[in-house]
Amino acid sequence: MAQIKYHILVCGGTGCRASQSEDILKNFQELIIDKGLGTEVQVVKTGCFGFCEKGPIVKMMPDNTFYTKVSPADCEEILNEHIIKGRKVTRLLYTDPETKEQVSDSKHMEFYKKQIRIALRNCGFINPENIEEYIGRDGYQALGKVLTELTPDATIDIIKKSGLRGRGGGGFPTGLKWEITRKVKADQKYVICNADEGDPGAFMDRSVLEGDPHSVLEAMAINGYCTGASKGLVYIRAEYPLAVERLKIAMRQAREFGLLGQNIMGTGFNFDVEIRYGAGAFVCGEETALIHSMEGKRGEPTVKPPFPSESGYLGKPSNVNNVETYANIPVIIIKGAEWFSAIGTEKSKGTKVFALAGKINNVGLIEVPMGITLREVIYEIGGGIKNDKKFKAVQTGGPSGGMLTEKHLDTPIDYDNLIAAGSMMGSGGMIVMDEDDCMVSMAKFYLQFTVEESCGKCSPCRIGNKRLFEILEKVTKGQGTLEDLDKLKNLSNVIKDTSLCGLGQTSPNPVLSSLMNFPDEYNEHVVSKKCRAGSCKSLMQYIIDPDNCIGCTLCARNCPVNAISGERKQPHIIDQEKCIKCGACMEKCKFNAIHIN
Amino acid sequence: MAKVKLSEKKLAELKEVCKFFNNEKGELINVLHRAQGIFGYLPAELQEVIAKELNISVAQVYGVVTFYSFFTMTPKGEHPISICLGTACYVRGSEKVLEEVKRTLKIQVGDTTPDGKFSLSCLRCVGACGLAPVMMVGDKVYGRVAPDGVKDIIAEYNN
Repeated sequence: MAQIKYHILVCGGTGCRASQSEDILKNFQELIIDKGLGTEVQVVKTGCFGFCEKGPIVKMMPDNTFYTKVSPADCEEILNEHIIKGRKVTRLLYTDPETKEQVSDSKHMEFYKKQIRIALRNCGFINPENIEEYIGRDGYQALGKVLTELTPDATIDIIKKSGLRGRGGGGFPTGLKWEITRKVKADQKYVICNADEGDPGAFMDRSVLEGDPHSVLEAMAINGYCTGASKGLVYIRAEYPLAVERLKIAMRQAREFGLLGQNIMGTGFNFDVEIRYGAGAFVCGEETALIHSMEGKRGEPTVKPPFPSESGYLGKPSNVNNVETYANIPVIIIKGAEWFSAIGTEKSKGTKVFALAGKINNVGLIEVPMGITLREVIYEIGGGIKNDKKFKAVQTGGPSGGMLTEKHLDTPIDYDNLIAAGSMMGSGGMIVMDEDDCMVSMAKFYLQFTVEESCGKCSPCRIGNKRLFEILEKVTKGQGTLEDLDKLKNLSNVIKDTSLCGLGQTSPNPVLSSLMNFPDEYNEHVVSKKCRAGSCKSLMQYIIDPDNCIGCTLCARNCPVNAISGERKQPHIIDQEKCIKCGACMEKCKFNAIHIN
Repeated sequence: MAKVKLSEKKLAELKEVCKFFNNEKGELINVLHRAQGIFGYLPAELQEVIAKELNISVAQVYGVVTFYSFFTMTPKGEHPISICLGTACYVRGSEKVLEEVKRTLKIQVGDTTPDGKFSLSCLRCVGACGLAPVMMVGDKVYGRVAPDGVKDIIAEYNN
């Protein structure tokens, strides 16, 4: 190992794999052998770097050069130039959009500057399929410390003092949950990891499991020691095959190293982990529903109490935490509660991982200290709105969250501020919308999701959300009335108050928050029958401006329903009866002659 | 509906799977995952067999199969196409991509083309939001799909 001079880190996250990072990895491995560099250069497949917008990403160590948008064909040049001749391949470096300067070290990129990586500390650094790399970065040290130096109560005390709150969305104090599970007496207890990431547009749990699976296993073992459980269960979506694969490898390696199984580290502590598969049901992110699903039943929630900490899997006390929550635990044990609680705001400590997506320049996975503002996230880390459009709203908390606007941009992000603003932290999806997004349609989009995902057990959620969706559909078709807007609000509040579980209690949030923050837009839809974003098809007309139209016939040739007529070199006309409002004509027009009325 | 004739060989394989899980009713979801892996889908006749093996009612099996979106009772096409309708893809125009696929293949979501070549479904987030909008054909992920690029993608599989 001593003679390895270079490590080439290739991102093996889902986004980069979809852009051929597997081929990049293979090319590097083959070329290194061809060029006789096998003793000097090592290629490592890592977890997600976070900067998915610029993927596939290749990072050269030790000089930290960060190559973006690499293609399999670039491998040879990187090896020849960077490794052999010692020159950077400048065309693959990241160019700062502001200064137009090339930045080779990720530390100096706006995207990374404000980030603090705790849960994602190892993602993009280590090979997740090799336990030795995890151990090399202090892995399993926290478990060792807990087992040999600390009592369960002392360990729980550290977690309590750190101020860590559940990262799955609820924000319940983690240490307290552990303590409750510890106090219940039972012959068998369970440690459950909730990896059923169902929020469309959030992929942090997946990235942690793909990039650093051992951190979750280590934390589950620590939890087992604290609560008195000898069995752990990871409930993971079957749609995440790569995460499942890496978790399995990690479990096998941990067993080989004596870090899972019987008599861990010779201390007499026994703990092992099993995987349970989800099968695609959003409601299973709710802990009681999750437990029923693990028992092989329909994933329907039940009334709490009893909480899973008292009566969970197979009726036994079960501690349910989310992936990201667990990923924080080993660091807190090693670095201490004071270190962790120094980061963040008064009531929300530490960092939060967000999946930044939508109409933003830098899509990716970010980890930022609590208390950062939306403005910093969107404009500094996210690099602003795509195509220089105007910012309109940001949805946090997925389908259960709300739409926040310009006026919330300077609010520090933490659990309580987001709830006060009518949204929530949720699991950490953050979808940015611009002026082209219609807020009524967005609310309808989220409601459609809820309607599909409602388990049907309680009527407010099953029937109420369906009615909400129908009213929203009426509004987007231009058939809504002012009375409907009142109905939306009242019905939303009833659903929130009377639903059985978190799904129904939060599902009207997108409706309520958009009604509150964008009342004008709703009014326009029902009163003047207009959609200012131009996204509600029934309310719009494509019109050709005769002054700009030169009669090139391009639009007429591309119209799928032959709705456009006109002589060559004469202004064309769209037949509104025939028009299906697909927008193909506007996309094709080179003269900016077609616009939406 | 005509009864589906299940292959004896596959049935034997399924019974092995059930045995592997100790014919334990709590393992129903694991068994269904494997069963769908073996048969490609979960027709009613198959659910009857599973119910018998795990000693539970067919209604219980059916209840679970229909509850979870991952399980399907209709066979998928040779090349299953999935369009991501997660929020990130939605705001970047995946609905238009979906419309284009529907138009090109002349099928609706949940259907399979008459030649059995393609089936169409929607999914919520594959975790590749940086590439939105995303469409999948089999296990291959296509990123930044424009509606007029759909034809070329489908053509890749159409010969």
